[in-house]
Amino acid sequence: MNSYELSALLIVILPALSFIVLGLFGNRLSNRVSGLIGCASLVTTAILAIYVAAGYFFDFGLVGGVHEKHIALQFQWLKFTENLSIDLGIVLDPISVMMLLVITIVSSMVHIYSLGYMKGEEYFERYYAYLSLFSFSMLGLVIAVNIFQMYIFWELVGVSSFLLIGFFFTKPSAIAAAKKAFIVTRFADLGFLIGILMLSYNTKSLDFFTIIERLTQAGSPYLANFTATSFMGMSALSWALLLVFMGGAGKSAMFPLHIWLPDAMEGPTPVSALIHAATMVVAGVFLVARLFPVFAISAPDALLIIAYIGAFTALFAALIACTQTDIKRVLAYSTISQIAYMMFGLGVAGWGAENSEGFTGSMFHLFTHAFFKALLFLGAGAVIHAVHSNEMKDMGGLRKSLPITHITFLIACLAIAGVPGLSGFFSKEAILAAAFHSHPAIFYVGLFTSGLTAYYMFRLYFRIFWYNPVPEHSHNHEGHTWAMNIPLIILAVGAALAGWIPFGSFVSADGKAMELPFHLTFSIAPVAFGLIGIGIAYLLYAKKNDVPDKIASSINALYKASYNKFYIDEIYLFITKKVLFNLVGRPAAWFDRTVVNGLFINGSAEATVATSRAIKPMQSGRLQSYTMFFLGGVLLLAALLILKFM
Amino acid sequence: MDIVLMFRFEIILAALILAIFIMSLRGFDTNVKCFLNTMNVLLLLNFIAGWLPLSEGSYFSDFFRTNGLIVLQKNIINLGLLLISLTSYAWLEQSKYRLEFYLLMLSSIFGVYVMLSSGHILMLYLGLEMSTIPIAAMSNFNLKEQRSSEAGIKLILSSAFSTGIMLFGISLLYGAVGNLSFASVIANLHPNVLTLFAFAFILAGFAFKMSIVPFHLWTADVYEGSPIAVTNFLSVISKGSVIFVFLTVLYSLFGGLKEAWLLGISIVSILSMTVGNLFALRQQNAKRFLAFSSIAQVGFVLVGITAASTIGSASVVYFVLIYLLSNIAAFGVISAVADSTGSESLQSFKGLYKSNPFYALIMAVALFSLAGVPPIAGFFGKLFLLTAGMKSGLYVLLGFAGVNLVLSLYNYLRVVKYMFIDDNEAHLAPLNRNRQLTTALYICLIGLIAIGFVTPIYQYIDSLCRF
Repeated sequence: MNSYELSALLIVILPALSFIVLGLFGNRLSNRVSGLIGCASLVTTAILAIYVAAGYFFDFGLVGGVHEKHIALQFQWLKFTENLSIDLGIVLDPISVMMLLVITIVSSMVHIYSLGYMKGEEYFERYYAYLSLFSFSMLGLVIAVNIFQMYIFWELVGVSSFLLIGFFFTKPSAIAAAKKAFIVTRFADLGFLIGILMLSYNTKSLDFFTIIERLTQAGSPYLANFTATSFMGMSALSWALLLVFMGGAGKSAMFPLHIWLPDAMEGPTPVSALIHAATMVVAGVFLVARLFPVFAISAPDALLIIAYIGAFTALFAALIACTQTDIKRVLAYSTISQIAYMMFGLGVAGWGAENSEGFTGSMFHLFTHAFFKALLFLGAGAVIHAVHSNEMKDMGGLRKSLPITHITFLIACLAIAGVPGLSGFFSKEAILAAAFHSHPAIFYVGLFTSGLTAYYMFRLYFRIFWYNPVPEHSHNHEGHTWAMNIPLIILAVGAALAGWIPFGSFVSADGKAMELPFHLTFSIAPVAFGLIGIGIAYLLYAKKNDVPDKIASSINALYKASYNKFYIDEIYLFITKKVLFNLVGRPAAWFDRTVVNGLFINGSAEATVATSRAIKPMQSGRLQSYTMFFLGGVLLLAALLILKFM
Repeated sequence: MDIVLMFRFEIILAALILAIFIMSLRGFDTNVKCFLNTMNVLLLLNFIAGWLPLSEGSYFSDFFRTNGLIVLQKNIINLGLLLISLTSYAWLEQSKYRLEFYLLMLSSIFGVYVMLSSGHILMLYLGLEMSTIPIAAMSNFNLKEQRSSEAGIKLILSSAFSTGIMLFGISLLYGAVGNLSFASVIANLHPNVLTLFAFAFILAGFAFKMSIVPFHLWTADVYEGSPIAVTNFLSVISKGSVIFVFLTVLYSLFGGLKEAWLLGISIVSILSMTVGNLFALRQQNAKRFLAFSSIAQVGFVLVGITAASTIGSASVVYFVLIYLLSNIAAFGVISAVADSTGSESLQSFKGLYKSNPFYALIMAVALFSLAGVPPIAGFFGKLFLLTAGMKSGLYVLLGFAGVNLVLSLYNYLRVVKYMFIDDNEAHLAPLNRNRQLTTALYICLIGLIAIGFVTPIYQYIDSLCRF
């Protein structure tokens, strides 16, 4: 085991150790000490991750000019049958190393930021324990060698997200949100699990690279078998992959499984930055990227569906973001929209050097998005910390009292809006160019969405920092919160400069370096859309005026639909509460009450008087009905079998 | 010596029963604590003795047979017996008829052993009845409660009815084959109207004992009316042992009718899972809730059974072991709560975490195991059942199983929510904890966490199933 492999192992183990220490002894440590333990372990992992990444991209990972995968560690964990053995291990390849960087850097920033933000909260040490648990599970997820290892960490990530959303557990809304997130993602994970079972059953393996190999090589018997059966026009393989994608769509909040993410904003804001913006929610994108060769080579139809779902979600969420008034919700919908961008970036990609531009673009966007979105959330946290409210109406004119937040927030907004020179511009450009070459329709959706993105982000920016005049006696809120300011500055540097990395030479679908094409003429349209969006936001929100309200009332129906998130939550409520409960649950309960429970169980509580009256019909009546059922069941069964087999 | 080793389960049990008689003659059972502790120690010895070196073979022209798998099944039953005895300590301390309770329970177990070891349908039938009738008497144990008597009479009557149906099926089978030993039935069974009828009737008899829909109607009433210890016994020992036997019945006895039973089992499996989960949605009584939950769980077992191969029986035995631990843990907590609040309503679990974190955590682990949430053992159990089910390629059945997994999650989460999130107006005092119950709960907890992760356990079961 060389020093790189050892570092990779440490990256996963350190957060786990920190979780164990804080979880077991946290209540005996002072807040200061437990915070420092958490921060120290995460900062160390971040340094180790940079070390491993440098080594991988420039040294040991580069074999003959190609970035090969490198198994740093692998051992058998559970062996159930010959086909069902589960390995644990660490794989280093371009996407996992990139994810290691993203997770450790953002997570360490969030750890430091939380020292200031969560100061004085009750259960401070528990918060840090959860954060460490989350970092551990997320890191374990991205370095998984085995689809089942990924599933286990996938569930662990879900559990830690559940714990962190519900951290303010005295707030009923936080508990409700945590439960909603858990149930929605569990439902999606069911698809994932069935998909895993189908994949493993047909390829006789759970190992990622064995599965990929067996399902991509032309003439492989596994592939032939798997694609032989089809259902509703798609092969069994495509269905299995779509089921796997369903798990990813749940975690990555794709329509129609997006409903949990906005509610998850009930958690502490640094948690939103870490989990619900930069890391966990991109797990779905990562999952699709991990199985990308199978999608691209053997199931392009499934990939196309992903592209359409992504494009629709991107537009849909951007429309909702335009009208929300809770600043964290704006950011939440913006996250959904941006992740959908990555999703359709993957969806439009194909296999082969030029065609896989979408893949690289998508990973690039994942990388840059982590910086500017984490920055936006942390900035929003600083604002909320200062004004003690999430609502836009309580803000405005804050640029003097929060100068550092103001500048960094502006940088992030420029980056996400795709202003040339900042990181978001480069990655978004790559995705749009890929879409333009393969699916023009999706390109236009993406183009329009990028205009909307610029609009709602600057609506947010102007509404927080301008709009109202600066109060006369405004004092600086930031002086004493350096723990919060340093992460903002570091992330702002990342958000500004990350785009200049020649990303294509590090991350690509097949490991070969590629040049992300850059055409000046092509970028005119997206930049123009972005600038128009910013311009409209400036006109409407730079100063207090009544034009936005007038516009809202003139397109009242649309505005309301968007403000109410297109009533998706209501539709779910209708289906679960009204349809499921009334059509299925109620009759079942009624049947239980009247037929099974009879009148008499209920009666017997108050029925010392009516005992004799009660017992008689109970014994003759109810047992009779039981035996009737019994006999009917037997005869039906016998009749069925005889009809079928004779 | 060989014969002693082969019959050691039965011999030890008979000795235990005899010992109880002697104790009652000497008036030993008047010293409550001493008696109960002695019983627990004896049952522990009984459990340990089960792991003595085994000896395989058959006796009495195949009426009695034993092999590694059967021994393992008996050991699992013994474990359940010990745990139930430990969890019901507090209740037995209060009860006047503790001696009779043990007597009846052990007689029932004797029936279970006979049934598990049978190589002939008559022995099988005898064992099945011997294991059921004492339970009817046991469920009548709360003599003052009307519901308890109702449960007893209901169980005995409906069980008699199902027995009648099953005997009718056996007689049809005899008519078709001319002999009732397993070997000759296997050799001479061909699908025709007569054997299909026989199969349907025999299936119904077993389905009744396992409370499979539509033969389940007695379950909720009897579970609700019986004392908790008896409900526990019914849901774990009696159900688990019949599932074990059912494997033999389907896989070897009716192996010739595989096509037919695949269809029949799929249908009742879908019905059981769905009906069990839907009915559990609105239950307010903890025991009724677990009654429907156990109906749904058996539905899942049937999914694994459809594999009709080694992995089928291995996954089922593995799951039953996990199910046994989960249910005993859940019933243990229920009994602790019911003993001090006097109520078996799920409402009385509200705020349990605040007042009794230990019980709440155990209950949560048990429920998560039943729901199949990773990384608790129940998840692995369900995973293997589903994997086994994949073998048979019945995708409709698997689809229903998938939907039911989610539905059941909702059911179990509801109770978890009561315990951890809801507040109780009537503040629950810290419950009594006796050493016996705590020990049993710890054993269950360790089992539920370890069984999924310790690979050799499954491998051991798997190796026994390949004979």
